[in-house]
Amino acid sequence: MTTTPEPKLLDVRDLKVEFRTRDGIAKAVNGVTYQVAAGQTLAVLGESGSGKSVTAQAVMGILDTPPGFVTGGEIFFQGRDLLTLGREERRKVRGAKMAMIFQDALSSLNPVLSVGAQLGEMYQVHRGLSRKAARGKAVELMERVGIPAAAARVGDFPHQFSGGMRQRIMIAMALALEPELIIADEPTTALDVTVQAQVMDLLAQLQREFHMGLILITHDLGVVADVADTIAVMYAGRIVETAPVHQLYRAPAHPYTRGLLDSIPRLDQKGRTLYAIKGLPPNLTAIPPGCPFNPRCPLAQDVCRTDLPPLYEAGPGRASACHFWKETLGGAR
Amino acid sequence: MGRYVIRRLLQMVPVFIGSTFLIFFMVYALGDPVAAMFGDRAPDPATAAQIRADLYLDQPLWKQYLHYMGQIFQGNFGTAFNGQPVTELMAAAFPVTLRLTLVAILIEMIAGILLGVFSGLRRGRAVDTSVLVFTLVVVSVPTFVSGYVLQFLLGVKWGWVKPAVSIDAPLGELLLPGVVLALVSLAYVTRLTRTSIAENARADYVRTAIAKGLPRHRVITRHLLRNSLIPVVTFIGTDIGALMGGAIVTERIFNIHGVGFQLYQGILRQNSPTVVGFVTILVLVFLFANLIVDLLYAVLDPRIRYA
Repeated sequence: MTTTPEPKLLDVRDLKVEFRTRDGIAKAVNGVTYQVAAGQTLAVLGESGSGKSVTAQAVMGILDTPPGFVTGGEIFFQGRDLLTLGREERRKVRGAKMAMIFQDALSSLNPVLSVGAQLGEMYQVHRGLSRKAARGKAVELMERVGIPAAAARVGDFPHQFSGGMRQRIMIAMALALEPELIIADEPTTALDVTVQAQVMDLLAQLQREFHMGLILITHDLGVVADVADTIAVMYAGRIVETAPVHQLYRAPAHPYTRGLLDSIPRLDQKGRTLYAIKGLPPNLTAIPPGCPFNPRCPLAQDVCRTDLPPLYEAGPGRASACHFWKETLGGAR
Repeated sequence: MGRYVIRRLLQMVPVFIGSTFLIFFMVYALGDPVAAMFGDRAPDPATAAQIRADLYLDQPLWKQYLHYMGQIFQGNFGTAFNGQPVTELMAAAFPVTLRLTLVAILIEMIAGILLGVFSGLRRGRAVDTSVLVFTLVVVSVPTFVSGYVLQFLLGVKWGWVKPAVSIDAPLGELLLPGVVLALVSLAYVTRLTRTSIAENARADYVRTAIAKGLPRHRVITRHLLRNSLIPVVTFIGTDIGALMGGAIVTERIFNIHGVGFQLYQGILRQNSPTVVGFVTILVLVFLFANLIVDLLYAVLDPRIRYA
C-alpha cells in the first residue's frame, strides 16, 4: 500500500450511541470523533459514565443490544465502515483484527475453562487450527507475556493465577492473532500499584513490537502520561478536548481537563485539601442544554447555558469544546 | 478426591441404616402381616403362631431388623406372600422402571434445557413469557390429571399411541408415560435453566467471548451453557431417585409393571417384604445419585475441589 496520505487505522466519526431503558433514553455517546494510527496510543480519559467504555464497545461491536443502539456516525477501520458490515463479517474482524482487554480479568475469563482452552480457542475459531496445535500456540503466547512455567500451567484455570498473571493472560488473548488495534478498557484498575506498572510496561512493549494501534481507556491520569501519544478527554458522551499528551498536561484548553489535572494529589501540596470538581456529571437521560459541563464550570457564562460549543481547533493537533478555550489555555484561573 | 469419595461412602452407612430401620419399623409395626396373608378369613391360631415363628415375627422388632439386614446382605430379600422371591419381582420391575426413568430424564433434559435456553436468551419477550406460563400450568396440574388426560386424548381418542404399556414395556411404548412422568420436572428444569442463562448472559466472560469474535452458537454452548448448567445438573441428578420411586401414579395409569406398580401392590396387600425390599433399593439409588451429583459438580466447575 503506497497511497498517500496514509489512512488512519481507526477513524471514528460523529458516533452516537443511546440506551433505551425504562427510565427513558440515555444518550451515552453524542457525536464522538477520534482517530488512531498504527503504532500510536490514544488515551481516552473520563469519569464513569462519560461514555468512554461505551464508545469502545460500539467500535468492537459488543454493545448490549438492546438496550444499547448505535444511532449515528461511522466507524472506519482499515478504510471500511464497520457499521455497514454484516454480522458475520463483523465477527471476523473482532478478535482477529481488533481485540479488547477488559478491566477485571477474573470475571472476564471463563471460570470453567482452562486458560489454554480459552487462548487456543482464538486459533481454533479464526485460523482453523486443531485443538492440539492451538494448545501449543497458547503456551507460546503465555511465554510471550511472561508467565513462568507456561507449559505446565496451560491447563490451569483462571482462579489459580494471581491478579497480575490473569491480566497478562487477558493481554495474551487479545494479542493472539496479532491484531492491528487493541482497545484496553482500564486494564490496570483492578491491580496492585506495583503490578499495574508491570502490566502497562508489557502492553507498551508489545504494542511497539507489533506496531499496533492502542486505545487506552482510563480514568487514571498517572497511567496515561507515560504511554499515550494523544489524549481525548470525554464528558457526558462528548470529547471535550484532544491534544498531544504533553501539551495537555502543560496547558489544558478545557476547564474540565484543568479540573481533572488539579485534582491529582501532589506531594508538594501535602496537608492541603485536595481540589475536586464541584457537582456531579449530568444524568444522561437529561443532559443540560448548552455546554453539558456548564453547571460545574467555574468559567460558565450565559452563552455556555444556551449554545453547545463545537470542537474549536486550539493549535496543531489540538481541539477544545469550550467557548473560552483561549482564556483557559492562557491560564486564566 | 479419592478420600472425599471414601468419606462420603462412610457417611452413607448411618443414613442407610437409619432410613431402612424407619421403613422397616413403619411397615412392620403398623399392621399384622399374618392377618393380611389370610385376607378376610381369620387364620387358625396354631397355624398363625407357626407362621409367626417361621418368619421371626415373634421376635422383638430390633432382632427382626437385624435378621432382615443380615439376609439382605446375603442377597436374600425374602419372599412375597404369594411365594415369589422379592428378588425375582425386582428383576422384573427395576429394568422397566429404569427404562421409564431414562425416557423421562432424557425428555426433561432435552426439552427443559432447550426451552430454558431459548427463554433465558429472550428474557422479557413473548417467547419467554409464554414458556413461563406453560411451566406454571404444568407445575400446577397434578400427574394423575395430566396422565389420564393425555392417555385419553393421545391413546384413546386419536389413537396415536397405545393407551396401556405391554408387559415387557418396550421403549417406544414408554414415550407417553415418560412425558407424563417428566412434565413437572421438565418445568423445573426449564425455569432453572432460564434463570441461570439470563443471569450469566450478562457476565463479563460472555462479553469477552463475543469480543473474541466467536460465533454465536459457540459463545452460547461453550461459554454460557457450561456455566449455567451447574444448578441444573444438581436438580436432574437428585430427580433420578425421585422419578424412580415416584412413578407410582404414572405406572398405575399406564399399567406399567415397574417399581411403582409393585410398591403400590405391596402397600395395598400389606405385602411387607416387597415394600421394605424395594424401598431399601430406592434408598441406595438416592444416596448414590446424590454422590454422583456432588462429584459432577467438581467436573463442571473446576473452582470446586474436594479433599
